[in-house]
Amino acid sequence: MALDQSFVGRTYPPTPPYEVGREKIREFAEAIGDANPAYTDTEAAKALGHSDVIAPPTFVFAITFKAAGAVIEDPQLGLDYSRVVHGDQKFAYTRPVRAGDRLSVTSTIEAIKSLAGNDILDIRGEVHDASGEHVVTAWTKLVSRAPEGA
Amino acid sequence: MTAKIAYDEVEVGTELPAQNFPVTRATLVQYAGASGDFNPIHWNEKFAVEVGLPDVIAHGMFTMAEAIRVVTDWAGDPAAVVEYGVRFTKPVIVPNDDRGALVEVSAKVAAKLDDKRVRVDITAMSAGQKVLGMSRAVVALA
Repeated sequence: MALDQSFVGRTYPPTPPYEVGREKIREFAEAIGDANPAYTDTEAAKALGHSDVIAPPTFVFAITFKAAGAVIEDPQLGLDYSRVVHGDQKFAYTRPVRAGDRLSVTSTIEAIKSLAGNDILDIRGEVHDASGEHVVTAWTKLVSRAPEGA
Repeated sequence: MTAKIAYDEVEVGTELPAQNFPVTRATLVQYAGASGDFNPIHWNEKFAVEVGLPDVIAHGMFTMAEAIRVVTDWAGDPAAVVEYGVRFTKPVIVPNDDRGALVEVSAKVAAKLDDKRVRVDITAMSAGQKVLGMSRAVVALA
């Protein structure tokens, strides 16, 4: 069933702050096998001009996708999450995420399309720190595949 | 931000050092834990097959994380990446053996932009198939 177009432009309330931990960044960097010292060594990060260790570029997805849950699980929208696949992902950074950040995400539905029975949902997550400074914007395209035989 | 590559030293067509990233089931379990994405299609073969996949597949976000390493290693400072986007075109299929899968990543400078920024186009292949499409980063150089 096609999703309701009137949800386009809807913005969900900012999430409670997520505090970025130094050891969480290390755990993520190890999981992707990335030994770049900017992720684990404060002195190396400072040598690059950062105030503390920074996170790999895609780290913030875990935070923005959790925030997108407000959209995905919105019963009024009625997305069938069991049929959802991740279509596209994009980030635009004002500055890197770093240890100690307290990040809040504001999710907005940018577009809803229906193509060959598939529902396509574009969600934008604006990530701000505790001082209100913009850190990164994440765009996530989700595709809910049409049920077989539909 | 302190990129180690100077804008004036690169041209359209400049190739970044390519890298290959091995992926095993253990890699996916570790990534699931670190990222919080516990979707069973990334670790449970029975479940993956039941939903129509050929086998367990890697997290798209894992492949995205590996692909940008070619750019961050080249630039030196990961914060030099100011934009990064991909389309997930094909899954990386990860068999349950010692070898797993390989993600082969290459990249080249596709355009020189203003403010000492360049656009880098990234190619990510696995088992002979392009696994990312429209994979592009904008990088601020020195």
